[in-house]
Amino acid sequence: MSLLASKPQTSEYPGHTDSVAAFVPDQSRAERTTSYAVADFPVPSGREEEWRFTPVDRLQSLFAETAGTALRREEFLPEGVTLSSLSREEWLASGAPKPADRAAVVAVDQAQSVTVLDVRAEAQPEEPVRISLTGEGALSHAHTLVRVGQFAKVTIVLRHEGDAQYSELLSVVVGDGADVTLVTVQEWDDTALHLGQHDVVVGRDATVRHIAVTLGGSIVRLNTNASYAGPGGSFEALGVSFADAGQHQEHRLFVDHEAPHCRSNVEYKSALQGDSAHTVWVGDVLIRASAEGTDTYELNRNLILTDGARADSVPNLEIETGEIAGAGHASATGRFDDQQLFYLQARGIDEDTARRLVVRGFFASIVGRIGVPEIESHLMEAIDRELEGTA
Amino acid sequence: MSTLAVTDLHVTVETEQGTKEILRGVTLTINSGETHAIMGPNGSGKSTLAYSIAGHPKYTVTQGTVTLDGEDVLAMSVDERARAGLFLAMQYPVEVPGVTVSNFLRTAKTAIDGEAPKLRTWVKDLKQAMGALRMDPKVSERGVNEGFSGGEKKRHEILQMELLKPKFAILDETDSGLDVDALRIVSEGVNRAKETTGSGVLLITHYTRILGYITPDFVHVFVDGRIAEQGGPELADRLEAEGYDRFQGASA
Ligand SMILES: Nc1ncnc2c1ncn2[C@@H]1O[C@H](COP(=O)(O)OP(=O)(O)OP(=O)(O)O)[C@@H](O)[C@H]1O
Ligand SMILES: [Mg+2]
Repeated sequence: MSLLASKPQTSEYPGHTDSVAAFVPDQSRAERTTSYAVADFPVPSGREEEWRFTPVDRLQSLFAETAGTALRREEFLPEGVTLSSLSREEWLASGAPKPADRAAVVAVDQAQSVTVLDVRAEAQPEEPVRISLTGEGALSHAHTLVRVGQFAKVTIVLRHEGDAQYSELLSVVVGDGADVTLVTVQEWDDTALHLGQHDVVVGRDATVRHIAVTLGGSIVRLNTNASYAGPGGSFEALGVSFADAGQHQEHRLFVDHEAPHCRSNVEYKSALQGDSAHTVWVGDVLIRASAEGTDTYELNRNLILTDGARADSVPNLEIETGEIAGAGHASATGRFDDQQLFYLQARGIDEDTARRLVVRGFFASIVGRIGVPEIESHLMEAIDRELEGTA
Repeated sequence: MSTLAVTDLHVTVETEQGTKEILRGVTLTINSGETHAIMGPNGSGKSTLAYSIAGHPKYTVTQGTVTLDGEDVLAMSVDERARAGLFLAMQYPVEVPGVTVSNFLRTAKTAIDGEAPKLRTWVKDLKQAMGALRMDPKVSERGVNEGFSGGEKKRHEILQMELLKPKFAILDETDSGLDVDALRIVSEGVNRAKETTGSGVLLITHYTRILGYITPDFVHVFVDGRIAEQGGPELADRLEAEGYDRFQGASA
């Protein structure tokens, strides 16, 4: 536990995280621009703090003010859950968090309207809400609002597949005492681009789990921001990703503790294999002066399976009050451990099976907590396919 | 009856100062049912011998042979050696986080036997073997060696020996770091496994203490990468009394 703003990680393998070592944030996370106006966000050059790891030159289509077409959508809505839409004006009045970067503000501007998923107060559907979005190679923008009524308990699974240049703003506004698990699965084709801003507003005494599973895509960059509408809220962000040759997978978390007596827990793990596979994890936690009794922890682990892959990991904890229950973070990047391989092989287990066991083991602590069986088994199979090089 | 034969084995490792020869001509034959103790000072190359027989990639064999019933062990991959019937209980067992002991043991058993064990008998065998080694049943749901105490790690190694039933088991300082109770329990496990499967055992140790529980048929004194003297159990008593100085003096 530390009351000081943390230093970025020192990795066991500095060669893979060198750019992190010298980094000291020059402004509070609270000072970043948020706005509805496209003009407030210049097109990123890649030198900005929040874009410095991202290959922005390949993302120009998503920064441009050009209209796209919607992804193909299929959905399963259990009892108590409905889909509708709002005008942009109505959304502006809803008070949901504002866009925080160029891609998000363009997404809001170019999306035709706001798709709204409502979960009725006190609804407790047994089946998850399932929405799958499939790209057909085009530019696409989406603006989605998920509203969960008080004391509802629901799991929402969002799947992304196919090819697209896709940019989205997703706001999840959770009522008091509700319990929400939102799983976003990125299984895009290897050519897809996906920039997302997910804003989670945790109601009083509500529990929200945001789970990101990123396996596909050329560039996937998700910014997940959590804030609390009242005391007693709990937010957990879990992430699992697997980056192959040429893939860039970036997950940025920002938990803004302003209300007192709230909890947050962030755990992300990624495995990397292949030339120039790149993962980025940035975990910002801000505990404001008013957020007494906050309990927060964040963890990032990266497993580098082959040479030529690179993982950047930047935890950042800013604490403005001494009256907290707990605050900590851990970050480590390691290579695949040949000793583990030897140990398993010395028990008769062939090399491929041994590798699979080690990588599955690496992810097990997170996967076992997803709590959505269809996602857990699917994910383990997908990881096996990645290891076999058939994904 | 099986025979593990090590003949004139020379082994090097790559160090920062260049290639270093560690084993300098080791010859040793073990038959089923026999127990050979290898004793020697720190750094004499005992673990190197164990790892080289098991096939650790860090060690390069530059000369000599290792055969199991005439088959060329050195031509086999690490997992092939294990499936051929070799087992190494490691001095420092490796942690494999997130892989549960039960999953690991079942996977290993399936690999060694070439077929999955029958679920009912497997569960029973596992429970019984863990019970005999005084292992908490909850250990089977923990990650392999993850957060295990030194004693738990060593019991877990012997548990594997009992379940995998190798033709030859190399036990690399299985006794180190164990208190007297644990030493007795672990030794009983080794003796049980020997009795039920007739394994040959190569018992690497630094101290004579374990030889009170596991009686060796042969004792080899290992100094500076080769066997300096061999004899029966009485040699161990002499080492206990005199230490290794006599041999180290001779080799210097
Ligand atoms: N990978 C390696 N790189 C460099 N030197 C090594 C390596 N492995 C072993 N050695 C050296 O080889 C020698 C023999 O080591 P080994 O571990 O086989 O000895 P040991 O007899 O098992 O010792 P101990 O009683 O301490 O377990 C030592 O000098 C050791 O430092
Ligand atoms: Mg040793």
